[in-house]
Amino acid sequence: MPEMNLATTDKNIASEISTFIQRRLAEPSDSVRAAALETFQRLGLPHPKHEEYKYTPLTRELENKFTFQQPATAPSLKDVTQYLIPGVDANILVFINGMYSSSHSRIVSPASELNVQSLEQALASKDALALEHFNQHADIRTNAFAAWNTAGWTAGVFIRVPDRATVSKPVILHYINDASAAEVIAVNRNLIALGKGSQFTLVEKFDSAGAGNHFTNLVSEITVAENACLDLYSIRNDNGNRYQFAQTDIHQKNSSRVNTYTFDLAGRLLRTNLHLHLDGEGIESHMYGLYLLTGNTLADNHTVVDHKKAHSFSNELYKGIMDESSKGVFNGKIFVRPQAQKTNAFQANRNILLSDKAAVNTKPQLEIWADDVKCSHGCTTGQLDEEAMFYLRARGISREAARAMLLYAFSGEVVDKIGHEGIKSYIDRAIGERFQKNF
Amino acid sequence: MLSIKNLQAKIDDNQILKGINLEVKEGEVHAIMGPNGSGKSTLASVLAGREEFEVVEGSVQFLGKDLLAMSPEERAREGLFMAFQYPVEIPGVSTINFMKTAVNQMRAHRGQPALDAVSFLSLMKERMKLVEIDQSLLNRALNEGFSGGEKKRNEIFQMAMLEPRLAILDETDSGLDIDALRIVSNGVNKLRTKNNAVIVVTHYQRLLEYIVPDFVHVLYKGKIVKSGTKELALELEAKGYDWIKDEVAIA
Repeated sequence: MPEMNLATTDKNIASEISTFIQRRLAEPSDSVRAAALETFQRLGLPHPKHEEYKYTPLTRELENKFTFQQPATAPSLKDVTQYLIPGVDANILVFINGMYSSSHSRIVSPASELNVQSLEQALASKDALALEHFNQHADIRTNAFAAWNTAGWTAGVFIRVPDRATVSKPVILHYINDASAAEVIAVNRNLIALGKGSQFTLVEKFDSAGAGNHFTNLVSEITVAENACLDLYSIRNDNGNRYQFAQTDIHQKNSSRVNTYTFDLAGRLLRTNLHLHLDGEGIESHMYGLYLLTGNTLADNHTVVDHKKAHSFSNELYKGIMDESSKGVFNGKIFVRPQAQKTNAFQANRNILLSDKAAVNTKPQLEIWADDVKCSHGCTTGQLDEEAMFYLRARGISREAARAMLLYAFSGEVVDKIGHEGIKSYIDRAIGERFQKNF
Repeated sequence: MLSIKNLQAKIDDNQILKGINLEVKEGEVHAIMGPNGSGKSTLASVLAGREEFEVVEGSVQFLGKDLLAMSPEERAREGLFMAFQYPVEIPGVSTINFMKTAVNQMRAHRGQPALDAVSFLSLMKERMKLVEIDQSLLNRALNEGFSGGEKKRNEIFQMAMLEPRLAILDETDSGLDIDALRIVSNGVNKLRTKNNAVIVVTHYQRLLEYIVPDFVHVLYKGKIVKSGTKELALELEAKGYDWIKDEVAIA
């Protein structure tokens, strides 16, 4: 692909961001950051015609909605209770405007199950595991946002789950942007390492306060060792002016299990890159996604499942309902490398459009180099099933209730897959409120 | 209870009903028969309020109200029920939850309080017996993966739950084996009272051996061309529909 570093306006956004990064660099001598900055400057932000961004004008929105002039403001948010997931006993780590907030955070799991430290400290102290995996799994060579993240991240966590540990309580990472005083640019980086045979549930939740524009750039690298199990939930239900780039790379070894659940319920522009690297045999991975969009929300899910070795299984189910002027984008890549024989890989993307102004762009992309594999994909886009609507109404159910029942049922296929009861009931409630479910 | 006058309806530019007249009184069972394409299912659909049909002429009074002015859900709440020829499969909605919503919306319409979970379940258990339907079927998603017979039984179960004043059975016998036909018919018969009425839309006389009609009407080319008693159904069974077509052609 040719490099595209053309800005969309006269404003040189990439150079403004470079200055922004440099202003914040704690250690300008950091060679990783310096190299990433150089990559970022070379790549520039993706042009609107860029293949991976042609439906998602993140560059234009950053140009138009952000100044990059604001100093990092000290977060004024005192109470974060409203953003927590009620009824879930969890380890809580709170980031406000990209800064770690120790006063709102708490680790309740014992050190035998869970080891949490700041990523800055882990790298500074040359922690062997952190150094082994940091910046190894996310692609910063061609991805300008990931390069920006690598050059300019300001805070992050390094989570280590020891071998054979079962972490009984999830870790919930709260990313809250307080845009009540000014725009917010939050750049965070995580590294999570699951030891052999361990089990861990990780949740990311994104919220905001205030009416200003705010942008989150979050890159997470996760390694899942042999026989380990990871459940990863990502919940975006932010009614503020959230713009977001999130990249998660999950590297899986033999016989590991990963389930990912992505919920895009509210936000202005949510771009998510979720890449599963199946670098082992006997792996099982499930990727579930649900995007329920209203207003002008744009949610773009780019997923990659990369089968690198033989005898693994992946299954992907993403469903979306677009109302009003909202827009969904789904791009699902499946790679099956030549040595990845006996791979089973399945993908489905189902969409409902509820208004004439709503849209979805869906694109499955299968690249299969092995010959003894089972792969399938399917995508559908349609309106609400009129025949089903009539059937429900013919039994005395109002149009509104019938619509809610059908949409709730459509979403239910994803919600039913949630393994954690507390998270399930939280999501179920959020969806019920969305559809004004009353049955 | 139901008074249809000169009902004419079309879909796209195709006129299907060309002037139907029919009076149904409380306690009566009417059979509407006719060859394929005569407009039987269209009549049922228009009465139930299916929106793809456009009524171009005529009127329908139901219990003294203008049926055609009502939405499908209003018609149901006023006591009209159509058993679908092809019940729709709805993944993710359980029959129980669906029925609970329907029953309570109907009750709200009548100014009655919603049934609590216990009363609803006991009502459901009682009505399940009528149509010999198994609870496990009702726990599943609505009609999803049901056999033809199970779907039709589920229709009659819904009818039992909603206690309509007028039930329209649209080709309920199609795709039923003899056992299922007997069970479905028994259910309908048990639900009959002197206050409600049934319209049986069918191609064959078979169902009418079980649900015995007071009147039989023959629909052909969008009009009722002949009406009689249950003996007319037997005559149609014996002689087919061609003699009716010939009579219409001569007239």
